[in-house]
Amino acid sequence: MKDKSIHILNFVGLGFFEPAIRLAAGEEVKKNLIALFRKVLLPVLSVGLFLLLWHSGAMVLYTIEKDARIEKALTERGQEAADLERACIESNGKDCKISTLPTPSQVWSAYQSLLADHSIISGKKAAFLEKVSATNEKRIADGLDPITYTGRPSFVDQIWTSLKTVFAGFLLALFIAVPIGIMLGLSDTLRSSVNWLIQIFKPVSPVVWLLLVTMIVVTVSKGSDGDSAFTISFISVGLCSMWATLVNTTMGVSSVDKDYINVAKVLNLSMSQKVFKIILPSSFPLIFTGLRITLSVAWMVLIAIELLAQSPGLGSFVWEEFQNGSSESNSKIIVAMFVIGIIGFLLDRIMLTIQKFVTFTEETV
Amino acid sequence: METTTEKPKLRRSDNGLFADKYMLDISQLTKIYPTPKGDYVVLDDLDLKVKHEEFISIIGHSGCGKSTLLTMIAGLNPISRGTIVVNNQTIKGPGPDRGVIFQSPSLLPWMSAYDNVMLGVKQVFAHGTKKDRDDIVKYYLSKVGLEDAMHKKAKELSQGMQQRVGIARAFALKPKVLLLDEPFGMLDSLTRGELQDVLIEVWNQEKITAIMITHDVDESIFLADRVIMMTSGPRARVGDILEIDFERPRLRKDVLDHPDYYKYREHLINFLEH
Repeated sequence: MKDKSIHILNFVGLGFFEPAIRLAAGEEVKKNLIALFRKVLLPVLSVGLFLLLWHSGAMVLYTIEKDARIEKALTERGQEAADLERACIESNGKDCKISTLPTPSQVWSAYQSLLADHSIISGKKAAFLEKVSATNEKRIADGLDPITYTGRPSFVDQIWTSLKTVFAGFLLALFIAVPIGIMLGLSDTLRSSVNWLIQIFKPVSPVVWLLLVTMIVVTVSKGSDGDSAFTISFISVGLCSMWATLVNTTMGVSSVDKDYINVAKVLNLSMSQKVFKIILPSSFPLIFTGLRITLSVAWMVLIAIELLAQSPGLGSFVWEEFQNGSSESNSKIIVAMFVIGIIGFLLDRIMLTIQKFVTFTEETV
Repeated sequence: METTTEKPKLRRSDNGLFADKYMLDISQLTKIYPTPKGDYVVLDDLDLKVKHEEFISIIGHSGCGKSTLLTMIAGLNPISRGTIVVNNQTIKGPGPDRGVIFQSPSLLPWMSAYDNVMLGVKQVFAHGTKKDRDDIVKYYLSKVGLEDAMHKKAKELSQGMQQRVGIARAFALKPKVLLLDEPFGMLDSLTRGELQDVLIEVWNQEKITAIMITHDVDESIFLADRVIMMTSGPRARVGDILEIDFERPRLRKDVLDHPDYYKYREHLINFLEH
C-alpha cells in the first residue's frame, strides 16, 4: 500500500510527498525528517516569504498612493479637504478607495467572493432551468431550439469556457501538426521545400494570428449564426501553439535510430508498417514533448486571444475586471492570475503523466 | 565442408540446380567513398565464394572494411563496383533472404521479445496460418532459452538476452544466408561464451550459410569452417584463408583440447600481427 502510493505519487509528479508517507510508516525517521524538511518545509517557508514580500510591497504602494492623494487634496482644495480625504481613505469609504496592488488578504477575500458569486449564479441557473424545462421539452418536440440561460457567467463558468477553448485549440494543433510533422520528417525534399514557411510563421505573435483567423472566419461564416468568437479563438490558439509539435514531430520522425530503420529494411517492411510499427513508436517521446509545449503555449496565448476576441473565458474576465475598475477588481485580476497559473501547471502534469503511460524510456526496470 | 557434393543440396535451393554450388558469390566487389581529397577505396576487387551450409568468419583489424562488406551483402550499403550473388540471384537491396544479426541487438524496445520476432515472421510467412507463425516464434525463442521471458518488453531484457532475441529473430525468418556483424562484440566474455554456444546449437539444426564478422580469434575458430583474413585497409582484400577441420557438432571443450587448435590460433595471430 505504502510503496504503491509512493509509486503513484512519483508517477504523477508529486514525488515530494514521498518522505511524509515514509515517515508515517515509521521508516528511517532521521533521513526522512531531513527529506521532509527539504522537500516540504522549505517550499512552504518560501511561500510564506513570498506572501510577506507581496504584503509589504502592497503596503508600500498603498502608502505612496494615499500620500499622493492627500497631497493633491491639500494643494488643490486646502487643509480641510485633505483631512476629509484622509478620513475617507482610512475608513475605507467607497468613493475614495485606493486602487493599487492588492494585498494577499484582499486577494483571498476576492477569491471567496468569486466563489460565493458562483454559487449564487448557479443557483439562479438551476432555478431558471427548472422553470423553463417544461417549455423546453415542448420546444424540442416542436423542432425549436430550447431556451438557454443567458445571464452573466460566473468565474467558474469562465474557467470551464477557457478550458473548452484551449482543449479545442489543442486538438486542432494535434490534428494539424502531427500528421504534417510525420510527412515532413519522412521526406527530406518536402522538409526543405516548406521549411521557410515554418521558420517564418513560427515566431508570429498570437495577436496577428488572431487577426488573420478573424479575417478568414468572418468571411467564411457569413450567413451562418454560429458562435464565431469561439471558433476564432480556438483556431487562433491552435495555430499559435502547433509549431512546437510540428517541429518536434518532424525532428523525431527524421531522427529515428538507424538500427531500427535497418531492421525495417532487412525485413522489407511496407511503408505503412514502417511508419506505424517503427517510426511512430520511436518518435513518441519527442512528439509528446512537443505536445506538452503546445498545451502550455496554448494556455498562455489563450488569455491574450480571449481578451482581444471578446470571446468568453478567463481572458475576457480579466479584461472586464480591468475596465470595470470596481473596488475588488484588482484583487479579482490577481485571483485570475493564480488560477491561470495553477491550471497551466496541472495541465502540464496531466500531459506528463499521459506521456509516461504511452512512451517507452530506455531505462531498464 | 569438403564433401559438399555428397549432401542432398536440392532440398535447400529454390531452383533445384546443382549449378548453384555456391550460396554466396562475391566477385570483384569494390567500395569507394568519395572524399574531398579524392576517392577512398575501402574494398578493392574482393572475391569470395561461400558454399551451402558453410559457416565462415571474417577477421581483420578495425577499419579494414569488414563491416562495409557485410552491410553490402545485407543490401544496406550501395555497391560501387562488382556483384554479389545470393542463391543465384544478384542482390538489389535488403531482403529477408539475408538475415542479419547486428552488433547492437537492434530490438524495438517498446515491443515484447515475442512481438520483435513476430514482426519479421509475419512478413516472411504471410501466407501461413496464425498458428503456424505463433509456433515458429515460440520455437525459436525457446531454442535460444527465452521461453519464460518471451512476453517481456525488449527494454527489460539484459544485453545478452536481447541478443538471444536477435538470434531467434534472424533464424526464425529462415534466411538463405545469415549475416552476423560482430554479434557478441558488446557482451562480457562470460555471456559471449554462452551465446556462442546458443548460436552454434541453433545453427547445427538449421545449417544456414553464415558469414560472421569478428575480432575474436577464438570465436572464429570455434564457430567457423573457414576463417577469411582480410588485409588492413585501405584497398582491403582477402589476405589468407584458413580451413578449420574440426568435426561438427562441436563442443567447446573438444575444440580447446584438440591438438590442431593452437596451430590454427597461431596462424591467425601471426597473420594479424604482420
